[in-house]
Amino acid sequence: MFDFLMYLKVFLIGGTICMLGQILVITTKMTSARILVTFLLLGVILECVGAFEPMKEFAGSGVTVPIMGFGYTLAKGAIIAGEQEGLLGVFVGGLKAAAGGIAVAVTMAFLVSLFFSSKTKK
Amino acid sequence: MEVFERDKKYNEYLNSKIPKTKPWPSLFHAFWIGGLICLFGEVIKDLLMLIPNMSVENASVWESIILIAIASILTGFGVYDKLGAYAGAGTIVPITGFSNSITSPALEFKREGFIFGLCAKMFIISGPVIVCGVIASIVAGLIYLIF
Repeated sequence: MFDFLMYLKVFLIGGTICMLGQILVITTKMTSARILVTFLLLGVILECVGAFEPMKEFAGSGVTVPIMGFGYTLAKGAIIAGEQEGLLGVFVGGLKAAAGGIAVAVTMAFLVSLFFSSKTKK
Repeated sequence: MEVFERDKKYNEYLNSKIPKTKPWPSLFHAFWIGGLICLFGEVIKDLLMLIPNMSVENASVWESIILIAIASILTGFGVYDKLGAYAGAGTIVPITGFSNSITSPALEFKREGFIFGLCAKMFIISGPVIVCGVIASIVAGLIYLIF
């Protein structure tokens, strides 16, 4: 059940992907929104060429926890629903697959900002 | 010409004030914090798989939901931003960074009002992510539908 070799792979691959992000930050001074979009599109492209599935088999959360996993979820949802239901599936499938994450992110952001105030500016 | 001189001076001043992050240590910080967040996600998934009748797909969705919720709460306490100052992209690239990028502006713009502050500005950073993601997913789906 608890596979320690897998944990090692998750840590190393996940860490390497974040390090690639940091290289982008240092060399191009990209803002966080641009980095998020870049990795998201990378995930979509990797899923389109069929490379993401084997990567996921190999490193599990190491590739799905970085934001490229979000892109993969969106793309995979649209592709699978498209194959099953045609054009309507293409439009519905992507957001449907990612709905859980987006809904919780929005709800939590709402609740947290009701109970807390900004800490960055005193 | 004068404006150009002034801009140059201003940029020099700005560069002297921007906090210098040493490239090599920051790479290492991003590596181990980012890796640890991914590892934490994997452990959550393995623990969820202990629940009877839990499918791998549902466990992955729960995994991202739990990570997003934790990151959002940590942002509320101001912990996540401190971690971000240390780890840089190590906290931006994982899904927790996506959550932080929604909660953080929501907190920040609360003072500008409920509807036009909190609710509208919530997506000021993550909006492009959702827009690009939705469009890219439709393009991907169409490519597979046609070919």
